[in-house]
Amino acid sequence: MDAIILQILNGLDKGSAYALIALGLTLIFGTLGVVNFAHGALFMLGAFCAVTLNKLLSFSFETIDPTKTDFLGNPAKVKTAYVESWFGPDVGAAIIDWSVPLAILFSIPIMVGIGYVMERGLIKHFYKREHADQILVTFGLAIVIQELVKHYYGANPIQTPAPSAFRGSLDFGAMFGFDPNVIIYPYWRLVYFAFAAVVIGAVFAFLRFTTFGMVVRAGMADRETVGLLGINIDKRFTIMFGIAAAVAGLAGVMYAPINSPNYHMGMDFLVLSFVVVVVGGMGSLPGAVAAGFLLGILESFASMNEVKSLLPGIDQIIIYLVAIIILLTRPRGLLGRKGVMEE
Amino acid sequence: MSNTNFTRRGVLKTGAVAGAGLALPTYLSAASHSGYTNAPQGSTVTLGFNVPQTGPYADEGMDELRAYELAVEHLNGEGDGGMMSTFSSKALQGNGVLGKKVAYVTGDTQTKSDAARASAKSMIEKDGAIMISGGSSSGVAVAVQGLCQEAGIIFMAGLTHSNDTTGKDKKANGFRHFFNAYMSGAALAPVLAKQYGPDRKAYHLTADYTWGWTQQESIQAATEALGWQTVNNVLTPLAQTDFSSYIAPVLNSGADVLVLNHYGGNMVNSLTNAVQFGLRDKMVNGKQFEIVVPLYSELMAKGAGPNIKGILGSTNWSWTLQDEGTKAFVKSFGTKYGFPPSNAAQTCYAQTMLYADAAARAGSFNPCAIAEALEGFEFDGLGNGPTLYRADDHQCFKDVLVMKGKEDPANEHDLLEIVEVTPRAQVEYAPDHPMFAGGNLGTCNPGA
Repeated sequence: MDAIILQILNGLDKGSAYALIALGLTLIFGTLGVVNFAHGALFMLGAFCAVTLNKLLSFSFETIDPTKTDFLGNPAKVKTAYVESWFGPDVGAAIIDWSVPLAILFSIPIMVGIGYVMERGLIKHFYKREHADQILVTFGLAIVIQELVKHYYGANPIQTPAPSAFRGSLDFGAMFGFDPNVIIYPYWRLVYFAFAAVVIGAVFAFLRFTTFGMVVRAGMADRETVGLLGINIDKRFTIMFGIAAAVAGLAGVMYAPINSPNYHMGMDFLVLSFVVVVVGGMGSLPGAVAAGFLLGILESFASMNEVKSLLPGIDQIIIYLVAIIILLTRPRGLLGRKGVMEE
Repeated sequence: MSNTNFTRRGVLKTGAVAGAGLALPTYLSAASHSGYTNAPQGSTVTLGFNVPQTGPYADEGMDELRAYELAVEHLNGEGDGGMMSTFSSKALQGNGVLGKKVAYVTGDTQTKSDAARASAKSMIEKDGAIMISGGSSSGVAVAVQGLCQEAGIIFMAGLTHSNDTTGKDKKANGFRHFFNAYMSGAALAPVLAKQYGPDRKAYHLTADYTWGWTQQESIQAATEALGWQTVNNVLTPLAQTDFSSYIAPVLNSGADVLVLNHYGGNMVNSLTNAVQFGLRDKMVNGKQFEIVVPLYSELMAKGAGPNIKGILGSTNWSWTLQDEGTKAFVKSFGTKYGFPPSNAAQTCYAQTMLYADAAARAGSFNPCAIAEALEGFEFDGLGNGPTLYRADDHQCFKDVLVMKGKEDPANEHDLLEIVEVTPRAQVEYAPDHPMFAGGNLGTCNPGA
């Protein structure tokens, strides 16, 4: 029982990342009709927003400490962060410690801007092209972004720790009557799940309860009619691209303490997120979220030793297996809409 | 009816033309190859450095490339000479090798076997490289070693730690300076038993490829020989990034030690996940839960950050050693690049020096002459203490370092500390040891 609870918890945080990325992908596909293979790169750029803010806040000046020597035997250079110098060691250290949550604010304008530039500068030229062309150009863009990040940050993963207040783990077992130390779950992964729920809720509320959102939904359903009403739907869709980029970026920012960011992390999520979108139903926002969590939990269960001993290698194929079964039984996916990606 | 027009004059003419035709390639071959592939013709000799310049091990590859560039500088008499002054063999004079200036070309392995073979092939066929060195993965090393054997080129392996490189996949043209998984196990196990006790239950997470398998087999055998039990060994895909679903079962497995047979990004992520799940704060079977990383690298330690503190592992070499060779190399590398070299860099530098020295001692670039000079060669002064290049399998035997993540690093480079320098005798094994069985060194191939 305890192992099952642990795997459900695992699946929830993994599913949170899938759901957030798939949500952004679906927003872009539903509004602009573009299959965006650069979306994983946006997730990665979000994580590197956290890395960048951490580096900016840790920006230091050097002083020579004659009492110490460096690895060559020369007098050692001691680094002191500017924020520690300006605000005192304790406050400065606390600001650096909280760099990941602070990066949420830092990343939103940056990611919206990147999304806007990406859409206006490149992707808008491919609206009327075939999906294969869109996939090629966005995949190429993803590789360019990846290589740029590698050039500036290197190929190695970069540690970006969560605030020290969230570095421990919660003993769920002890809270719910199980043996202590049996169901342990890291605080930050719980924060990630809660954060994902808030972001998903905010996106749905934005689309449901604002005039802007209503127009976007109307445009998703019938772009031509909304255009005939004199509404500049293209402009709104461009803004939605920026919002989708911000959602992917936020998913990346908060993911940075879970796995150290590296330039390739977007690609690791990209293919799985597309499977999530297809299983959820092309163009369906609730479908993307539901499929994200469903596949995250299934993937987690498939990694259990008991399951793998019965079906070796199942952890590597479970998502694709489920996708095949769902598409065979429900060709439009779990919550897919009629007419989307259909002739 | 057949009609033949054979005449004495016709037969003589045909014979002369055919003889000339057959002799021509032999003549050209002898002139351009001197009996072996890519025999140097002009005033330079070209070495091929095949390292990951893109892909997940690109940072490690760049550090290897820095070491190669430094080695070439020193061979050509530039810079401060580095370990040439401490190397026990004095065949090299800092004026190139055998009177030829050393040049080099580079290739990008991308840490993919097919890409690594393609870049090595290109350097051999297009650039005329007479030796190939490098790599940051055993899969790549085994693949390129096989290619070099076929091409008649010496392969001086870079960072490759799988037993198979000098075990079942060993080749007469291939030589490894780096230590191997068996040596890690033999060095680490006694320290683990001493520090954590002989009554431990270990759970292994193992990268699912040649290095992971041999690393796991080696550390399991070494720890079980000292009384540990192995609770489980779970293979993890090389492309895995989030290890939480593999770590969660450890909590209820009854194990009190987690052995991470992972390298590079895999290790950084699995260790980070294990620490996040509070494993290091856990008490199991009345003992403190411990994590072990059998193979360390400085770049991995940097990536894992504070999670590495107190964790035991092993390395081939460390810049913190205090022998004269290490001091000379660290000074040379640190002055040029501003930071200390990694153990991957040291092995690449040493391999270049060893190749050049073997050529100088043999008086030839013929791969078979160089192989003969390296086989059974005993040397010192390259940072690892007295070292033997064993003739039976072309594996170097030297001391192995057991390292620990430093609790209180003095600076960004000061991440690992030496716990024990395990003497060479403790990590030696018979050439026909079961973990290295199944291969055949074969005979040297000079190519051409």
